[in-house]
Amino acid sequence: MFDIDLWREIFQSINKNRTRSLMSGFTVAFAILLFAILFGIANGLKNTFKEAFGTDANNSIMIFPGRTTKAYKGLQVGRQIQFKNEDRALIKEKYGDKVQFITSKVNKSVSASYRGEKNNYELRGVYPEFMFIENNVVKSGRYINQNDLDNKAKVVVIGKSVEDDLFFKEDPIGKYINLSGIQYKIVGVFTDDEGDSEESVIYMPITTTQFVYGNNDFIDLLHLTYNPEMSNDQALAFGNSIKKVLKDKFDVARDDQRAIRMRNMAEGTKKVELMTSSLTVIILVIGFGTLIAGIVGISNIMIFVVKERTKEIGIRKALGATPRSIVSIILIESIIITTIAGYIGLLIGVGVLELVGPSLEVYFIKDPGVSNSLVVGATLTLIVAGAIAGYLPAKKASEIKPIIALRND
Amino acid sequence: MLKISELHKSYKIGDSSLHVLKGIDLSVEAGEMVAIMGSSGSGKSTLLNIIGMLDEADEGEYILDGLPIKNLTEKKAAVYRNKFLGFIFQSFNLINYKNALENVALPLYYQGLKRKERLEKAAFHLEKVGLSAWAHHLPKELSGGQKQRVAIARALAANPKLLLADEPTGALDTKTSHEIMAFIQHLNDEGKTILMVTHEEDIANMCKRIVRLRDGIILEDTIVNQVRAEQYV
Repeated sequence: MFDIDLWREIFQSINKNRTRSLMSGFTVAFAILLFAILFGIANGLKNTFKEAFGTDANNSIMIFPGRTTKAYKGLQVGRQIQFKNEDRALIKEKYGDKVQFITSKVNKSVSASYRGEKNNYELRGVYPEFMFIENNVVKSGRYINQNDLDNKAKVVVIGKSVEDDLFFKEDPIGKYINLSGIQYKIVGVFTDDEGDSEESVIYMPITTTQFVYGNNDFIDLLHLTYNPEMSNDQALAFGNSIKKVLKDKFDVARDDQRAIRMRNMAEGTKKVELMTSSLTVIILVIGFGTLIAGIVGISNIMIFVVKERTKEIGIRKALGATPRSIVSIILIESIIITTIAGYIGLLIGVGVLELVGPSLEVYFIKDPGVSNSLVVGATLTLIVAGAIAGYLPAKKASEIKPIIALRND
Repeated sequence: MLKISELHKSYKIGDSSLHVLKGIDLSVEAGEMVAIMGSSGSGKSTLLNIIGMLDEADEGEYILDGLPIKNLTEKKAAVYRNKFLGFIFQSFNLINYKNALENVALPLYYQGLKRKERLEKAAFHLEKVGLSAWAHHLPKELSGGQKQRVAIARALAANPKLLLADEPTGALDTKTSHEIMAFIQHLNDEGKTILMVTHEEDIANMCKRIVRLRDGIILEDTIVNQVRAEQYV
């Protein structure tokens, strides 16, 4: 039921009691504003934190060979361990589903040139799966494929920085790049969100690299990702198990720490997860804190408002106002004020974040922002809190005998 | 019009209770103009508040225009107040953020009248008290006498059967008091029943009947020769 007279009464009351209306409005707007900004900044911190750890598949394990430091099974100390293609096949076969992607790598340093432009880059001989392990994105052309691998094709995929360095306003796809004297056809350009250093890299089918550099089946390291459904502890156990298998294969003492080294992201992931979850807790505490402060503020004001209006309530009752009409007039007024003020606070808060957000990146706050549903939820909470905080004293005031309300000066 | 018998009222003050009205019997016919007199603490205001349904009696009977007033719900009391009673207070009790016209129209709002009708009626009553020119002024822009006249217009707006005035001249100077009294007498001449609490002898003498209270009982109830207020104006 839309009662125009009721609304007229309410708007007159809001309009004619500006200080009071502004004060309650300010409390709500400020609470929402603070909520949005604090929450946004905390979210920004979280984003920075996440970014710092990149988007490399964070379920990856790298295995490097080294020199033995302990004599074992009659073999002497200081023996160099050399991984070969069969080692990749061994792990792939032995662990099956537990391995998501696996690649072996051969790393070389090359000097690359194209039409007089020259620079030194890291060359990596890899399997096509490496794209997923590194989270590379193909910008143009294609990535290395199985066909390249089978044919030991002389093709390369270059990073975006390489493209920027060597090719001016020219599409590198299909062009031939000279790597330490041999021409390779460029089939693709990739980007990596870890930035420049990861984009100053040239990828080549590992079979080609092995053929060109020594014609052997040596590999420099193994890089794999484990099944992401594995728990952290399972992943750690999985890594240790691989290590053990390789140690047995190469006749390395179990307690030899240097012969076969491993970087298991699961170790870091555990710490990252811990940090992220504690950040989340901090964010929640900030959010709830601000919200509670807002609720307390609006409640105080509503109690004050009702107190201030006690005499008016008495007059209205003497003139024939029913308790219900008194409660509704106070409640609707408070809901209107909190809604409008909350919306204003929301707009300002989100606006401030949009405006100063980009300049905060220096302070490790990236893309600060809050989801709309969250701020709207916070505003609704304040409206409800304001309504409840207004209802109780309004109800009480509507029940006071008019004579007592009238005496209230 | 109004019949009260054996009315008792006591107030709790801390642990003790104060017996304010100790068995009041009073009946008022339509068209009467009654002054209730007494020193402070005699119970006169309490009596008026009970008659005005602003307060409730502990014991006794109160019949207003044939309707027993007892154990009313807040809602019912609100409706009765609106329909039967008009109030005039010592401190005017206008709503400070509403102008004169809106103040007068307020009881009509609670009667559920349409806005246009309300404002027309309110303007009519405001004219009756001679304040048409001040219709759009806020109470703070009016003098005491003007405020009281707005309050009278408001009390009349709902066309009540009974007009209750609590020290209507208490906050006014003598001249303004007489103006207001002349006005109230005029209303009475037109047939309105008026009940007024006052402690001023000369104001009481401008009514037609004086009921004197002392310590919660009626001491004296006399018909007096009405002194017309016009002669002082």
